[in-house]
Amino acid sequence: MSVATAPTRPTSEPIAFTQAKLPRSAPVLVAVVAAAAAALPVLLLDWGLVVWALVAGLVYLVALPVWARVVEGRRGAVDRMVTGLVWAACLVAIVPLVSLLYTVIDRGLPAINSTFLTYSMYRTELDQEVGIYHALIGTLLITLGAAVISVPIGIMAAIYLIEYGKGSRLARWITFLVDVMTGIPSIVAGLFAFSLFILVFGPSTRLGIGGSVALSLLMIPVVVRSTEEMLRLVPADLREASYALGVPKWRTIVKVVLPTALGGIVTGVTLAIARVVGETAPLLLIAGLTTRTNFNVFSERMTTLPVLIYTQNANPGIAETPGGTPPGIEIAWGGALVLILIVMMLNLVARVIGAIFAPKTGH
Amino acid sequence: MATIATDQKTGPARLGDRIFSGTALAAGIAILLALAGVFIFLAIEGVPGLAKPAEFYGEASNFWGYVAPLLFGTVLAAVIALIVAVPLAWGIALVVSHYAPKSIATPIAYVIDLLAAVPSVVFGLWGISVLARQLQPGYVWLDENMGWLPFFAGPASGTGRTILTAGLVLAIMILPIITAISREVFSQTPRLHEEAALALGATRWEMIRMAVFPYARSGMISAVMLGLGRALGETMAVAMVLSAGGGISLNLISSSNPASIASNIASNYKEGTPGKIQVLIATGLVLFLVTFLVNFAARWIVTRNERKLAR
Repeated sequence: MSVATAPTRPTSEPIAFTQAKLPRSAPVLVAVVAAAAAALPVLLLDWGLVVWALVAGLVYLVALPVWARVVEGRRGAVDRMVTGLVWAACLVAIVPLVSLLYTVIDRGLPAINSTFLTYSMYRTELDQEVGIYHALIGTLLITLGAAVISVPIGIMAAIYLIEYGKGSRLARWITFLVDVMTGIPSIVAGLFAFSLFILVFGPSTRLGIGGSVALSLLMIPVVVRSTEEMLRLVPADLREASYALGVPKWRTIVKVVLPTALGGIVTGVTLAIARVVGETAPLLLIAGLTTRTNFNVFSERMTTLPVLIYTQNANPGIAETPGGTPPGIEIAWGGALVLILIVMMLNLVARVIGAIFAPKTGH
Repeated sequence: MATIATDQKTGPARLGDRIFSGTALAAGIAILLALAGVFIFLAIEGVPGLAKPAEFYGEASNFWGYVAPLLFGTVLAAVIALIVAVPLAWGIALVVSHYAPKSIATPIAYVIDLLAAVPSVVFGLWGISVLARQLQPGYVWLDENMGWLPFFAGPASGTGRTILTAGLVLAIMILPIITAISREVFSQTPRLHEEAALALGATRWEMIRMAVFPYARSGMISAVMLGLGRALGETMAVAMVLSAGGGISLNLISSSNPASIASNIASNYKEGTPGKIQVLIATGLVLFLVTFLVNFAARWIVTRNERKLAR
């Protein structure tokens, strides 16, 4: 590694073995001063809390390096500025997340009640109550279909990669292309299912199972990758002990390797489901939209929750009272809250399973 | 068990093995076929869309004239997203891997992962009703004070639903993947390199610049390219946030920017005749090829680097 040559000191200066340093409390001190200094103009000019935080942050990012420049020199100043910047990056990234979660809860919560969750949008009278039941069923069935297609393929492919094809050219290519597949845009997966189904069943086909096919294309790479990682963690001793007892390879895999890795595989599958359950674009194309509850993925259109959110937001209807929220917007936010809860719950379940069945690699 | 052990070389066990390994191989090949299938079916339905009579392409006279503004919009939104997301992501990754103590680093990593779990349609909803409204006065200000820059030429959009807003939403969406991969490569820097740099008197930032970045360079580049791949293909956030119209323009704050390929498909497929749909699928084919190349290059850099490090 090439190391930059250290700056040579002028010889006239006495050599100090320790550099002057700011006191340990310097960052806190500057932060307090910056907050106070920013509060003054903000209070005088009556700006908001956001402006105050921004001004305080800027004052901090300028003041601390300047102080360090005086005491510690250029290198110390740069170091302190970078430290401030990377922490600022963290804060900046958290702002949209907080804003998003707050908005979804704030606007979604009033919409949710038992009618909302158990009624479909199909009405026989004009002022009938509506809900998102049909979309919940659609999301459930289509995601289930995607899982049924992709979990066996994904797990078997991972078994091939780890247990059979290790090091072969084919296995290397599959590993590589699975990685590339994780980046396929969801709309392309939707177009694929769409082209496939209109080619086979005619131009106006809209089927729930088509959505499952599109989602499984997005899900398979995630399942393969996580299963692969987990199988790799299974100690070779276990396999060898099983072979030594005369157990054939396939029974070793089914009875020894898979049960050992089961926790991790279930976690991976759950995370994969969490990823596709919020997909909108492919389902918009191939699963279509309906106001009725449809339990059959093999016939007719099916609405899913994300598609419902999108279409309700695009065509919100007219508010009952002038100036009020249009009914579609309310439904969209309620649906968004339900969708986020589903995704978060899946993530939580995955983490809990992962923690319980953490791979036992220790000896 | 006894029968299996004694009959090791005969019928059932060998047959079971052959069936099982055959199934595993078939599953592996099925994945390759699926990838090939994406290309083949998009080509079958999309290629006729390349050479339709002019009326199918709206204002443009041929397919390339139709797809060029869309491709421009796709790339512009993705580039805005990258410019915003990449420095943030590297900063966060550094905090998690080098700056924060473990008790703070883990929650930060968790919060960023949480961002990845939010469905794109919810981002879209938030983008229209919160972010676009918050940014709109800012666009007016930019138009009035910095209008001499081509990016802020205006007139400022009244709704805030501009390509800049769409790019910012995309930036938030690709932040987690760039952070996750950068974090991974940063934390793989050999401990000895870092300690050697610190022992020579480097400050923490100098240590990161001299020991961590050179080691992680290819990982950082591929993280950016994977983020680019995501941003190019993201559909719903752009379809919902951007109110599209007009042709190629660098003006970021007016409502005269082209849609992206993906969002154009999502918003136009419904009123499409079969011929129009073929045109849309053809644009999808273009998008697929572009994202495939970007992802291919990114993964190739990672794989090549892994092999180099393994040696």
